[in-house]
Amino acid sequence: MKHLLTTNELSYREAVRILDTADQMAAVSSRSVKKLPALRGRTVVNLFFEDSTRTRISFETAAKRLSADVINFSAKGSSVSKGESLKDTAQTLMAMSADAVVIRHASSGAPQQLADSGWIDAAVINAGDGKHAHPTQALLDAMTLRRVRSGATGVASTGMDLEGMHVVIVGDVLHSRVARSNVWLLTTLGARVTLVAPPTLVPVAMDDWPCEVGYDLDAVLAEAPDAVMMLRLQRERMNAAFFPSEAEYTRGWGLTSQRVQRLEDMGAPTVFMHPGPMNRGLEISSEAADSPRSTVLEQVANGVAVRMAVLFLLLSGDESSPYPSEN
Amino acid sequence: MSSYLISNARPEGGEPADLLLTDGVIGAVGPVGTLDVPEGTDVIDAAGAVALPGLVDMHTHLREPGHEDAETVETGTRAAARGGFTAVFAMANSHPVADTAGVVEQVWQLGRDAGWCDVHPVGAVTVGLGGTQLSEIRAMAESRAGVRMFSDDGKCVHDPVLMRRALEYVKSFGGIIAQHAQEPRLTEGAQMNEGAVSADLGLTGWPAVAEEAIIARDVLLTQHVDSRLHICHLSTKGSVDIVRWAKERGVAVTAEVTPHHLLLTDELVRTFDPVYKVNPPLRTDDDVQALRRAVAEGTIDVIGTDHAPHTAEDKECEWSCAAHGMTGLETALAVVQSTLVDTGLIGWERVAQIMSRTPARILGLTDQGQELAPGATANIVLWDPSGQTPVDPTTHASKGRNSPYRGMTLPGGVRATFYRGHPVVRDGEPATPLTR
Repeated sequence: MKHLLTTNELSYREAVRILDTADQMAAVSSRSVKKLPALRGRTVVNLFFEDSTRTRISFETAAKRLSADVINFSAKGSSVSKGESLKDTAQTLMAMSADAVVIRHASSGAPQQLADSGWIDAAVINAGDGKHAHPTQALLDAMTLRRVRSGATGVASTGMDLEGMHVVIVGDVLHSRVARSNVWLLTTLGARVTLVAPPTLVPVAMDDWPCEVGYDLDAVLAEAPDAVMMLRLQRERMNAAFFPSEAEYTRGWGLTSQRVQRLEDMGAPTVFMHPGPMNRGLEISSEAADSPRSTVLEQVANGVAVRMAVLFLLLSGDESSPYPSEN
Repeated sequence: MSSYLISNARPEGGEPADLLLTDGVIGAVGPVGTLDVPEGTDVIDAAGAVALPGLVDMHTHLREPGHEDAETVETGTRAAARGGFTAVFAMANSHPVADTAGVVEQVWQLGRDAGWCDVHPVGAVTVGLGGTQLSEIRAMAESRAGVRMFSDDGKCVHDPVLMRRALEYVKSFGGIIAQHAQEPRLTEGAQMNEGAVSADLGLTGWPAVAEEAIIARDVLLTQHVDSRLHICHLSTKGSVDIVRWAKERGVAVTAEVTPHHLLLTDELVRTFDPVYKVNPPLRTDDDVQALRRAVAEGTIDVIGTDHAPHTAEDKECEWSCAAHGMTGLETALAVVQSTLVDTGLIGWERVAQIMSRTPARILGLTDQGQELAPGATANIVLWDPSGQTPVDPTTHASKGRNSPYRGMTLPGGVRATFYRGHPVVRDGEPATPLTR
């Protein structure tokens, strides 16, 4: 594995290996000295064409915990504004001898172009491109689900997959790179995925996607799924007439307190996931966000571990352990 | 007096013959070795080659004035000659837009000065392609450029009233409106065909219905006002059905398809290489097959290249920032051979029809698209259908390097192009332009 661009291209074995490595990395984060020398002397560039403080900080923390040097390169402005070209930026980074480039871009495909162009020979990690893919988000979601399963069964998570788990992803699938990356990764790991959204927010031709699609959230929740993942709703979608009003959206597809109560009454095992930042009161109620079922903060913590794992595996490029030998 | 003997060519794929060209006109055609050849005649050995009437492209972007870094009339027409074309129609989306007699006369004059092929400017339907006010259509028609075809190509004339008026207005001089069928609201921010691939890639979709809805509206308008309509670069199976239906009802509509829509599909977008970004977008294999059949059955009348050269900086960037369009003049006949002739769908006679005779007839050109018979103007391309050549855009005469066939292997090759009796291309490469 030279780059991490999408989850479609991850094999079952690679995905489990990343998650197993991430579990080891998570152990580092719980120590008082949260640092490994694994990537000492290596340079990781965070190349962000789109603002995302959370994702950038997560990658930065991950790289620093592995002792890498981190350069934050914020190429502000929208992708369509004619600033410095992607090509020139890439070649500039190359001249600075970057070992890995973490790229976030509003244009779908920009990370793949960077990887395929020949402008650069660093490892490229997709930190979210347009509406296309966000592989590290899906990996941290998978890690969270694996830990949920591990906690429920008392079996250690190492080597575990998501066989038989039912995950419901709710909301703006059409514009969501998080949904796309999760559909591929979670099903690779054996989970059953159901997408629930208003029909205006689902792509028109998705027959090839390995998941079910429904429009009725209550019907799907009645199956007592293992997890329900709420997607962030961009408020500008309402102006584009994807749905009539925020209130109507929330009634149909929000994780409201009533829906939380119904799951409680059923004794469902369902956990509540959200990639953040949350629109409380829109796609998710405060009752849901603050409920013991919520995994939102674990997802953030797991994000650092997963990104450490990805950086380590791409840059060390071998089967070695992240830990220095003890002798 | 200049004379050339094309020896042993197959006119439109038929029995081998000799053609004697004298002073820009076909003087004689006869069985091989039977013609009286004057002293000093230049003999071109055309053994194995198919002779076709010089190709006529109803849809070219020459970029001049305004975008000379992407193409000029001189380089674009040299590319046309190299591809076997003896006449091209230059679309109006230059800078300034070709919406006045002054601009169309400039383009026409640049074409004459270049001397590689006839250049017929296309006039804009609306001022500045703005879609709100008719441009001075009649002034362009009466200019030295003699404009007959009007189009806002690149943009759709989407206002139904304006479209109706344009269709009516050109009737006074036998003009024709060429529509770029794209419903603008349905294609806001569109990046590629809307379908399974756009769903995977998260690129905003350009649905087939946005093309089909405009074509359906416009064939009805055309019938209502009894005018003539040409549909540019038809790209979907549904569009074929609508045009077929309109023709059965007797609507005076003609339809065009590009070579790239006959060969390439939206699966290529998975590479995110902007060389595959084009408008209308590459569609599905289902559409490709329907378009090929439509050419064979006659629903589609002509091949138009939509040759759209761009600079490297407009293509070497993120997909969503990249310009739409691909070059096509120098690969058109090869793609037509590959998709239509080698597949057994049509023969060379039909190639002559869709790439020369029919476009000449639609636009009223009398000295293009003629039968290869004595008395005809000597606009001829000699095409060798044998062999396979890898496409290398750096060898193209066009300034544009944005060929989607880069690295692919395509059949055949132009051996020579005669423009008004003068060999503007010999041995596959541009020779000298026609001087007058």
